[in-house]
Amino acid sequence: MAVSRATLFDKVWDLHTVGTLASGQTQLFIGLHLIHEVTSPQAFAMLRERGLGVLYAERTVATVDHIVPTQSQQRPFTDTLAEQMICALEDNCAEFGIRFYNIGSGSQGIVHVIAPEQGFTQPGMTIACGDSHTATHGAFGAIAFGIGTSQVRDVLATQTLALDKLKVRRIEMNGGLRPGVFAKDVILHIIRKLGVKAGVGYAYEFAGTTFEAMNMEERMTVCNMAIEGGARCGYINPDAVTYTYLKDRDFAPQGADWERAVAWWENLRSDPDAQYDDTVHFDAAEIAPTVTWGITPGQGIAVDETVPRTEELPGEDRPLAEEAYRYMDLAPGVPIVGTKVDVCFIGSCTNGRLSDLREAAKLARGRHVALGVKAFVVPGSERVKQQAEAEGLHEVFLEAGFEWREPGCSMCLAMNPDRLEGRQLSASSSNRNFKGRQGSASGRTLLMSPAMVVAAAVSGAVTDVRALLEPTP
Amino acid sequence: MSRIASIEGRAIPLPGHDIDTDRIIPARFLRCVTFDGLGEAVFADDRRQSGQHPFDAPHHQGANILVVGRNFGCGSSREHAPQALAKWGIRAIVGESYAEIFFGNCVAIGLPCATARPEHIQHLHTAIAEDPQIPLTLDLEALEVRLPQSRLPVEMPAGAHRMFLAGTWDATGQLLAGLAAIREIAGRLPYGSPLAKGG
Ligand code: SF4
Repeated sequence: MAVSRATLFDKVWDLHTVGTLASGQTQLFIGLHLIHEVTSPQAFAMLRERGLGVLYAERTVATVDHIVPTQSQQRPFTDTLAEQMICALEDNCAEFGIRFYNIGSGSQGIVHVIAPEQGFTQPGMTIACGDSHTATHGAFGAIAFGIGTSQVRDVLATQTLALDKLKVRRIEMNGGLRPGVFAKDVILHIIRKLGVKAGVGYAYEFAGTTFEAMNMEERMTVCNMAIEGGARCGYINPDAVTYTYLKDRDFAPQGADWERAVAWWENLRSDPDAQYDDTVHFDAAEIAPTVTWGITPGQGIAVDETVPRTEELPGEDRPLAEEAYRYMDLAPGVPIVGTKVDVCFIGSCTNGRLSDLREAAKLARGRHVALGVKAFVVPGSERVKQQAEAEGLHEVFLEAGFEWREPGCSMCLAMNPDRLEGRQLSASSSNRNFKGRQGSASGRTLLMSPAMVVAAAVSGAVTDVRALLEPTP
Repeated sequence: MSRIASIEGRAIPLPGHDIDTDRIIPARFLRCVTFDGLGEAVFADDRRQSGQHPFDAPHHQGANILVVGRNFGCGSSREHAPQALAKWGIRAIVGESYAEIFFGNCVAIGLPCATARPEHIQHLHTAIAEDPQIPLTLDLEALEVRLPQSRLPVEMPAGAHRMFLAGTWDATGQLLAGLAAIREIAGRLPYGSPLAKGG
């Protein structure tokens, strides 16, 4: 066999290449297509308009997450538009024979939470979903793209996409994380350093001992936010951690198929001397608990730093910083610690998994949400909720004054009734702090790890989570 | 499928960088099963807050070429964003750079996004400020923006460029033409249909 110097990205890309289109783009086969209620109804309408069907219905999995209420999920929803959207998905799935994890199925949840937890997501796959955080699935060594509705139509009709091949940037980080520093801080730090558009045209390969030491849920948190750094997909080479997570999951290969799959996955890893278009290095020890202060995920600082002054910023970042000071009502040069919060949200496809809830509960135990703060926990899926309840985590949260909700995207993007009001400021474990993102046109969002959200909730203000940690013996 | 070679009309300037899709079309307007009616909601919150948003300026009504800054359309993959712009009447965008998924979504609906150097974008802003009615042509064949007194070079990735000129920007037909090859790749993959296995 010829000596290969390929990245995992190259290998997966080549394996799924159907051909080259007249435009010069690659026609890429998509192994797994995930759909949800917001970006699919128009795609199904386009199929009907053209008299097309779904080519590989068995490669499509549907759930409902963005619009579902998290308080009462009684049907019909009181929100008639939301009810109309879920009905459309139910009808489309029934008509085209697509597997649908509906509310109450026991397996419904945020699309990027349910596909990994059921073992749909596997190394070496190409995955597409009409949602930009599809990058999450790259944690398994899959190449996963967020796509728009016309492309959802294309995948339904042809199981392929027209794509330009991406370059690959290796983001190498070594060393252990300091206490109080989590996967969320790692990715917020990377985006802060590289910027929100550095990844355009790239896939991010996260490599090095820091990522190797992470469990699958932490790896998902990192890959989830690759898109916030501009990279259409992010991935981590599969390893023993990946295989241990996948083994015996519902849709993972079984028996002799499993052995064959693991051998194949091992071969998919980027070759030791693979050629990268770019490489950047980070040292994990440099990372502190990180929090955003502005209106893009790149406007982050260590929690013990002050809101940057314009003169400390590169010239091209200054206009956006000025806009952010005004919108966030935060003054340059003031510490971020002590900023009063109104709402605390734990959930989303970034940080709504069991390990996130465990970490949050550990800190919430024996403490109480500060007066005047609304704090709530939204598990990422019905399975996460059920496991968390089996461990008694919900009781910890309830006793600490958090609300315990039904699964969904909730206040990550506020398409359901969970919204900020007016100028409220939220401490959020989600992934976007854009103006108006959390449901109020003037609402403000600070992104941080779930542990930091708990610290903010119990203090009523942004707090360095390290002050709440047990001293390490 | 129709070829898109040149867009003539008037410009509407949108200053600022990193304008995300949540601003182009806030999430509450995604509560819909068709794209109809999104045009009125484009930039809904920005417009209400600013009171003098370019999209509300009387002299920009009927404009069809949007002039933007850097990293336009970052954030969510919602095609609702380009759809809302298109339904408002935008037929082409000229800017410093675009977020990737947004750019792809624009191609898929036949909305060309051309890239120009910052000083040329600035030149456009100045020209539009002097005369909001200034006629403009985005010529995709020549890859330039023409104003009465000047012409500015623009760029576009080769694939997208070819698709607009050949009229193949709507990919479905082309993709389906490869059906035999699609089936062959599907049959050769080392993994099966996810749903063929397990539960
Ligand atoms: S949790 Fe947020 S980012 Fe994730 S899929 Fe839902 S809306 Fe998108």
